[in-house]
Amino acid sequence: MAIKVKFFASLREQRKEGVKEVDAQGLKSVSDVWERATDTTLIPANVLCSVNLEHREPHESVKDGDEVAFFPPVTGG
Amino acid sequence: MNVQIKAESFNPADAITQFEAGITGGSFGATASFVGTMRDFNEGDTVCGMHLEHYPGMTEKQLQEVIDDAKAQWDIIDALIVHRVGDIKPGEPIVLTAVWSAHRAAAFDACRFLMEALKSRATFWKKETLTGGSERWVEKNTPG
Repeated sequence: MAIKVKFFASLREQRKEGVKEVDAQGLKSVSDVWERATDTTLIPANVLCSVNLEHREPHESVKDGDEVAFFPPVTGG
Repeated sequence: MNVQIKAESFNPADAITQFEAGITGGSFGATASFVGTMRDFNEGDTVCGMHLEHYPGMTEKQLQEVIDDAKAQWDIIDALIVHRVGDIKPGEPIVLTAVWSAHRAAAFDACRFLMEALKSRATFWKKETLTGGSERWVEKNTPG
């Protein structure tokens, strides 16, 4: 019962961690995953989220086995 | 492959030639391409290097979706996106978008679309190294 959590770019550096697993028990939304993974309550406004490689909003649902990622606005090209 | 992520420097002209070899000769009358190259300046500072990070798996999927969207919107024959990751020096190509179509309008329009869409949607992040060795994450894209 786990959800894989990934952090990218400046967020990874700030947190000093790129990948971790959190217990999926009781987690219903992307926001819940953020809280458990970071021990902070609100996802900052400039942080984007994905679930299983698809962009998702903080209120959207998660389930056991998902890969949830958090990252800053993109700057490619 | 319509989507190519490169960890090493690439030659855009060679990438176009190689990809075009897989398209039936005579089927297209127009090829439009755009190459984004690393500048040695940004926001008033001299930039001497850059690191490009991506989200393996998600980035490739997003770039393929951008191409699929272009194919749905314009009558094009094929399209190619090549994007660098890793350490990049000024003057090196960062990105190539190319489109093949029967006529020029679709090629021009779809090529511009590919570039703008990938800049706003694809999970890439740039970190610049400035003269003196300090580093900073690029927080927003240039307007165009």
